[in-house]
Amino acid sequence: MTHLSSETFGQNARDALRDPILHGALRSLADNFVERRRAAVSSVDDWEGLREKARAIKDETLLHLDKYLLRFVENAERGGVVVHWARDGHEACGIVLDLVNGAEAKMVVKSKSMATEEIHLNEALESAGIEPIETDLGEWIIQLAGETPSHIVVPAIHKTKSQIADLFVEKVGIDKTGDVDVLTGTARRILRRKFAEAKVGISGVNFGVAETGTILILENEGNIRMTTGLPKTHIAVMGIEKIIPKFADLDVFLKLLPRSGTGQRLTAYQSLITGIKRNTDDEGPDEIHIVLLDNGRSRMLAHPVTRQSLACIRCGACLNACPVYQQVGGHAYGSVYPGPIGAVITPQLIGISKAKQLPYASSLCGACREVCPVKIDIPELLLHLRAEIADGSRANPGRKKQFGEMVAFRLYGAMWSNARLYNFGTKASRLMQRLIVRDGKIGKAGRFISKVIPPLGAWTAWRDAPAVAPRTFREQWRGKLESNDGN
Amino acid sequence: MVEVLRRVDCGVVFDERQTCCGQPAFNTGYRREAQKFAKRFIEIFEESDADAIVSPSGSCTAMVKHFYELFPDDEEWRKRSERIAARTHEFCSFLVNVLKVDDVGASSSGRITWHDACHGLRDLGLRDEPRRLLKNVKGTEFVELQNADVCCGFGGTFSVKFPEISAGILDNKIEAIEKANVDAIVSGDSSCLMQIGGRLSRIGSKVKTMHIAEILASQE
Repeated sequence: MTHLSSETFGQNARDALRDPILHGALRSLADNFVERRRAAVSSVDDWEGLREKARAIKDETLLHLDKYLLRFVENAERGGVVVHWARDGHEACGIVLDLVNGAEAKMVVKSKSMATEEIHLNEALESAGIEPIETDLGEWIIQLAGETPSHIVVPAIHKTKSQIADLFVEKVGIDKTGDVDVLTGTARRILRRKFAEAKVGISGVNFGVAETGTILILENEGNIRMTTGLPKTHIAVMGIEKIIPKFADLDVFLKLLPRSGTGQRLTAYQSLITGIKRNTDDEGPDEIHIVLLDNGRSRMLAHPVTRQSLACIRCGACLNACPVYQQVGGHAYGSVYPGPIGAVITPQLIGISKAKQLPYASSLCGACREVCPVKIDIPELLLHLRAEIADGSRANPGRKKQFGEMVAFRLYGAMWSNARLYNFGTKASRLMQRLIVRDGKIGKAGRFISKVIPPLGAWTAWRDAPAVAPRTFREQWRGKLESNDGN
Repeated sequence: MVEVLRRVDCGVVFDERQTCCGQPAFNTGYRREAQKFAKRFIEIFEESDADAIVSPSGSCTAMVKHFYELFPDDEEWRKRSERIAARTHEFCSFLVNVLKVDDVGASSSGRITWHDACHGLRDLGLRDEPRRLLKNVKGTEFVELQNADVCCGFGGTFSVKFPEISAGILDNKIEAIEKANVDAIVSGDSSCLMQIGGRLSRIGSKVKTMHIAEILASQE
């Protein structure tokens, strides 16, 4: 499968909408996850208070991130962990490659990690002749299929059971079966062997506690336990925004994250890792490395509006709640992070000129803001990015696509801010629409009109447009309403 | 809206100089234009000594409440924005929360349902207000719409930038409306009504779209 680009979001979305299998898969997402989340949230007495607490902790951390990062590093190093700093994805991949080569590993086991997706670690490992094995079931399926995750929590959400069964027939060589136990049993058998052989395990991180140098990773399958516990070397890749100040803060986030993400009160496993083993006879890796990743994050930190993007705890609730995501799925975004939070983070990570359509891929309905456990105002961020794009088009009026829109908004700005021109505009439209109005409405616009006024064509391809009223409010006001005031 | 407000003993004036709040520009990223609209709005309404500025749109009202964001470095305009925002109310909210009226003496007929327009619901927090008003319209039967609080897919320029996605979202809304088996779908924003009504009209549905002001004004 070819990987889609953010620059072609509109086309990607149109293709996705024509895919009935994808549509079926996405429907179950909305039905299951949205409902499960709602039930899980209602099991907490003061959800709103909890969200506010979480956001306050994140705000405080981000405001003094330098201080908390250094405290985290100091405490992690005291426990025997080696900490590495990576400015960008390229540096991070280089660090991981050196460590894997140093451990003389030709194969590594990996647990699910969006940070490693973000830096395209698997490609980097493969091109260096190292085989990465994804051990999260969904990620493993995606890897078998040669695809990328379409959701940050449920990476294979776009695949149906039947598609997965076919994939197992093709790639693993078992007989076709609809029995989920057989499918998962097959994956378990294959992956167990890999765990036993691997010299290096690579994971992500959900939270890094500054006070103790602890990292916390959440999961349901037990594969993270094995990835971080069995191989001699454990490498954790961690965005610098994952820091929280105190161990006790976990109380807040552990109540929020599983409920928001999968609708669980708690995930099946929580791995808390504080330093390397104390005695050489103990189980666990001999070496733990944490790679701290910036990759554009300090840029987001600089501005008070964009800073809140870094409060995200990657729960995926905004994806599940988003009407746009529910329609097109994750791949259409053409980015590592899809959905509302992806539309906000991606332009900031890869540059706004490479993801110009994403901030517009929202009706600004605000469902994302409503479910966000850390109260990120995603619509505000989308508007902030849209303003950056519009200002960019002002600076470069040569860009064809944005030019028409810019002229339209200038015209609107000039005409509608003048009452006389506004009235004139209404009357002129009423006159001109006579050509196209039938039975008080504008039906499907002809090709000519669609060409002259593209937005009208886009509108009427699916919807009739209302005609301008025979008498405007102003005319009614002057005619009768004004004098009727009994007061 | 004028008729309803007068019925509940409000004096209504209308300044003909007013035009648009500028939300289309703000939501598409054209802040300079939006600022121009905001200043104009503020200047015109500052001249009025009316107790309240009432708008039949959650979307426009929400924009007025966002005016201050257009002046991040201008203390004076921020203050003026906030003063105007404090006086501005969405129609249903003004009736129920300010005037404490939830029965405006309206009467109509048929089965009706309500679609929550996103800005009224999530920016202004209006959920019960319109429902209370509608349940008191004599002669009608109010039914709750499935997923009433999910977007209709309009989203301003979104509806023409990505018409296919917009229509996909809209179709879920239409499906819910058909399931509800109603005579009319009522909402508080003309933009949602244009989106929903445009599709209903295209598929030849008999369900009417009505602004809440229309049904509250009706006395059959």
